[in-house]
Amino acid sequence: MEISRNWRLRYQRYKLEGTKCMDCGNVSFPPRRVCPKCGSENYATKALMPTGEVYSYTLVTSPPEYFESQAPYPVAMVKLDDGPLVSTQLTDVNYDAIRIGMRVEMVTRKLRAYGKNGLIIYGYKFRPEEAKDGN
Amino acid sequence: MKVRNAFVKGYGVAIPRYRIKDEAIAKNWGSSRGPIEEKAVAGLDEDSTTIAIEASRNALRRAGIDGEKIEVVFFGSESKVYAVKPTATIIAEAIGATPQVSAADFEFACKAGTEAMKCCTAYVSSELADYALAVGADTAQGRPGDELEYTAASGGAAYIFSREPENAIASVDEMYSFTTDTPDFWRRPEQKYPMHGFRFTGEPAYFKHVTMAAIEIMNSMGASPKDFNHVVFHQPNVKFPQNVAEDLGFTKEQIGYGLLSGRIGNTYSGATPVGLANILDHAKPGEKILAVSFGSGAGSDAIAFTVMDGVEKKRDLAPSVESYIARKVYIDYATYLRFRGKIDMGD
Ligand SMILES: [Zn+2]
Repeated sequence: MEISRNWRLRYQRYKLEGTKCMDCGNVSFPPRRVCPKCGSENYATKALMPTGEVYSYTLVTSPPEYFESQAPYPVAMVKLDDGPLVSTQLTDVNYDAIRIGMRVEMVTRKLRAYGKNGLIIYGYKFRPEEAKDGN
Repeated sequence: MKVRNAFVKGYGVAIPRYRIKDEAIAKNWGSSRGPIEEKAVAGLDEDSTTIAIEASRNALRRAGIDGEKIEVVFFGSESKVYAVKPTATIIAEAIGATPQVSAADFEFACKAGTEAMKCCTAYVSSELADYALAVGADTAQGRPGDELEYTAASGGAAYIFSREPENAIASVDEMYSFTTDTPDFWRRPEQKYPMHGFRFTGEPAYFKHVTMAAIEIMNSMGASPKDFNHVVFHQPNVKFPQNVAEDLGFTKEQIGYGLLSGRIGNTYSGATPVGLANILDHAKPGEKILAVSFGSGAGSDAIAFTVMDGVEKKRDLAPSVESYIARKVYIDYATYLRFRGKIDMGD
């Protein structure tokens, strides 16, 4: 059921909430109940640092349902400063300006809307860390 | 009304990066130019909710507190994304303030943001909350070809209030509101664009309410225009706030930092709060600020502040208003129509 699935995902979508293994320190995003590194089930939830860098990227020109109105849009794997790789849309950037290693920050944006009557889903996207220095 | 024990602990803004020049809008309708230079336009994935969340996070950075400390979230807007379902709950969840939080959306045309600030001030001053967050944000729309199309813009600001004077950015000194039932501007449910009663927009609406609120708050404080270092008025364009400032006896210097509509447009519920934020980005401790909003329908909130020592080390903890204004990307009229959902996508 889409509504309840979206609702359960809100902490990771709004706050980049992941898990930290209390035994080996490994940080996971999305959250994992079992540490993929050491197999421990001893974890704590943690809002990850909202910054990282572009690891790889591409342009989506044939989007899935409900994403059509935003196409074409860039998607990327972003390596968070806390470690995990996250698959995400990039926003507030021209495709030509994207570079591997570019510093990016998390923003909460509209991911999609289920038509005119349905829910609007918000979640993380990443944009260049540009607001800070104003260029 | 005198305010005791209420301080601004954090403030933050968010202004979308896209700009359209009035010239580009005017050309489309066969005229030469509009009332401002250019305005801020929300991108395809932005709306009043995303602007509010970004501004709130900036305010939290300056306040230096975790979102879970926030006990009140009031959101003022006339471009809420749902007719029924609060935006305040989305903001509260995004900043981590849920579930022990009082939350609601306010609507009062362009003054819903300052009304939210007044209510948050009341909450902390009366010791009903330790930290209260007020946000004013809009992605206002004007009908294509209507005069409002030149100025209706996107942006917002957030303010965090508390009773603690330590590291505060400003004290809230005095508040006053002037309100009447005046039909200058309205939008019925399910209508995309507002209507305006042209004979009411100037004198009986904006000028009367802003002037009365400014005069009454100064009377109540025993103050006059020269007692303030900075003043910000609601800014549906550039002329109205300039004229009202001159009529009241404020100088060009006093309105300088607060008047941004020429460069970003009228951000409606965000307008006075964003202008105030730019003043806080520049003001010195001890300086006095007067903010006077206006919302159609109609009313004005006047709030007086004194800048405090905390401003100097807090202001660099989040992006300034000028840095948001500077990171601009120009779009043409066709892109603007797409971004603002004015093209029928058949959905
Ligand atoms: Zn582990």
